[in-house]
Amino acid sequence: MPAVAPIERKESLAEFLQQDLRKDLLRFTTAGSVDDGKSTLIGRLLHDAKAVYEDQVASVKKSKINRSGGAFDFSLLTDGLRAEREQGITIDVAYRYFSTARRKFIIADTPGHEQYTRNMATGASTADLAGYSQDVFLRLERDFLSFASHLGISFVQCIPISALGGDNVVSSSENMPWYSGSTLLGHLETVDFRQARSLDAVRFPVQYVIRPDSRFRGFAGQLASGALQPGDVLVALPSGQETRVKAIVGFDGDSEQAIAPESIALRLENEIDLSRGDMLVSPSKLPAVSRSFSATVVWLHPEPLRVERPLLLKQTTRLVKARVRRIRHRINVNTLQNEPAEQLEMNGIAQVEVETNQPLFLDAYATSRATGSFILIDPFSDATVGAGMVRETFLDNVARTEERDRAALGVVLEDVTAEERQRRHGHKPGILLLGNRGFLAKSLERALFDDGFHVVVLDASGVLLPALRSFLTSLYSAGLVVLCVNASLEPQDLAGLSAAAAFQPDHVVDLSATDHRSNDAQIARRALSFAEKLRLSPDSNASQKGTPK
Amino acid sequence: MTFPTVQPPDETLLPEISDASFAPVLDRRLGHLATLEAESIYILREAAAEFSRPVMLYSIGKDSSVMLRLAQKAFYPGKIPFPLLHIDTSYKFPEMIEFRDSYTREIGAELIVHQNREALKSRAKERIYSFRDSQGQWDPKNQRPELWNLFNSRIEKSESIRVFPLSNWTELDVWLYIHAENIPIVPLYYARERQAVVRNGSIILIYSPDELLPGERAQRIKCRMRSLGCIPCTGAIRSDADTVPKIIEEMISFRRSERENRAIDHDEEGSMELKKREGYF
Repeated sequence: MPAVAPIERKESLAEFLQQDLRKDLLRFTTAGSVDDGKSTLIGRLLHDAKAVYEDQVASVKKSKINRSGGAFDFSLLTDGLRAEREQGITIDVAYRYFSTARRKFIIADTPGHEQYTRNMATGASTADLAGYSQDVFLRLERDFLSFASHLGISFVQCIPISALGGDNVVSSSENMPWYSGSTLLGHLETVDFRQARSLDAVRFPVQYVIRPDSRFRGFAGQLASGALQPGDVLVALPSGQETRVKAIVGFDGDSEQAIAPESIALRLENEIDLSRGDMLVSPSKLPAVSRSFSATVVWLHPEPLRVERPLLLKQTTRLVKARVRRIRHRINVNTLQNEPAEQLEMNGIAQVEVETNQPLFLDAYATSRATGSFILIDPFSDATVGAGMVRETFLDNVARTEERDRAALGVVLEDVTAEERQRRHGHKPGILLLGNRGFLAKSLERALFDDGFHVVVLDASGVLLPALRSFLTSLYSAGLVVLCVNASLEPQDLAGLSAAAAFQPDHVVDLSATDHRSNDAQIARRALSFAEKLRLSPDSNASQKGTPK
Repeated sequence: MTFPTVQPPDETLLPEISDASFAPVLDRRLGHLATLEAESIYILREAAAEFSRPVMLYSIGKDSSVMLRLAQKAFYPGKIPFPLLHIDTSYKFPEMIEFRDSYTREIGAELIVHQNREALKSRAKERIYSFRDSQGQWDPKNQRPELWNLFNSRIEKSESIRVFPLSNWTELDVWLYIHAENIPIVPLYYARERQAVVRNGSIILIYSPDELLPGERAQRIKCRMRSLGCIPCTGAIRSDADTVPKIIEEMISFRRSERENRAIDHDEEGSMELKKREGYF
């Protein structure tokens, strides 16, 4: 239905076209029980926003049916559209489209359901009796806010309207002088609906690999969140490989930037293992890589949800085998109370624990809708049986072996060994005790650092022995050369260090006990020659295993 | 072309960020056409990735032209990874066949033409994926709920799914996109002086004297087609709209006037609705 606000006469067509490109798109829905007046409200909104044809209005005027008690039954406008489009077939949701000078709107016109929203029904039926009283409105607002807080809805805007009278729907009401806020349409036109996610939380599920010839490999998909530019570093999941964006390619030429929810194609700087179902993410804000998580599930099938039943789960572009391990509780939609449940009937909502056979790259639904939502599919009938919203992305109360943990990551994990660190640093770790020669320590640090050593000064003044041991162990384990000053250590105190991986006594030299007549230059020479012995010989660099790229 | 991004309408409505270390939130977002484009390209890629033998129904009309452009964009720089299927149900205007052949050749798309006297009868309600059983039947009770952008493409061998990537596009969006993207369309959409007769209140284009009924005389009428339905009697309308902006202007002004011609109303509603029912794949 090409419903659009008429062009103002003063505005040229070119201006209209320019302005139209700058409109954004807001989807919204109505919620309420049967006969709450959803159709009347949508009809009123479309009518007052001049988004219906005159002949449609005329046909409603001519209609013998009028359930509204007023001169014009706005619900017929909505239901008339509905009937026209559905031709008698029961429909779960119908969409209506209209636009104003500021925005384009898609209304998901949902039918009321007896089973749901009795709370809202109470609210709405009270409102019928409200007249235009501010006190009644304030009471309803308070009740609704308290109800909404239980649902975890953080931003609620209450607007007193009458769909029957058209008060505050599109134009401000004269009947409610006490209300100075925006009208419903005014609110819809200006409300900011961007998900407050930072630019750097990139989630790019790979949807399709474009490979026109052997030289070109493009990764296509819809950017689920964040923004991307050429040169950005990304991590591929599940491989964990790092890469960089070479270009954002497109039919209209390369782009300098892409923002969610654009559908884009990326060229990457290096060849990495990446296919449909994998995900490119920003290294600074990783999603959970998880096989077990908790979720709020809505069950959509006549056959109830039972635990341990085999299911398929689709999340982003990933399809995996899954099962519900446990139903924590069912949520009573009217009282919002938790109830114990063995199974979940159609239209039931429950908190469940899900386990998948392959890892998913997850965010909580509250943080990221696109990476926190999933559907459940029955592998035998292929029917879509459930919809889920991720809550906790990782469950650690699920007993698992270390191997399974690693399998969950989809990569083989190996501990970082002392040898690997030594290869990277080019030297073994070492500890030099330098007594109270703080100045010497600083100049040695400079000299050794410039000579390629990973070296640090540890000033132990005031540090108690157990803490000092712990510091030394950490720094030693990290593979560093430690210049320790102001430590009053006895040889036996270093015994605690032997717990550190690959600790060797000959990696420690105590220069603090050096004859006080020795000058700094002599001590420095001894320190430098000791450090030289820590250096790896060139041939021990030969093995590249575990060396980072 | 690239679409301008949209500045927030009112900065005061932005959520306040008290934590100074919080990374900046997006200060721009997509306009409505760019949002529709992104969604449609996503659906096209899903269809190409998840189905074993996808084919795109191509009707030569303006919606098909938009679909083709979206498919080009979705798989660029690769070719469109599925053939186009034109089901030639009945009489077509010569300009359409000419346009079909030259345009698909130009963009390098694979075209299959299937002669079929019977129009496809199927209903898809307002879904993006509509499921059809092994008999090709569409059962309204056996349709899958569509949540977020997660489509269930699981089917058995003999079953099929019709995919409709333009589900959220209105007629006006289609025209705005054709304008913004400069997409070629069949010249019949543009107003020109054409040989025609007025038959039962409809303007019928005449290509050869054989098409005239007894007593009819062809005359030159400045007119254009508002839709290129597969019905032979698709009528033209009197119009001066010979550019896309003028067509858009005409469309918007039609909304306010009493729609003088019922047949036209029907067509206008019909072309998009028909597609919605038939789907594309």
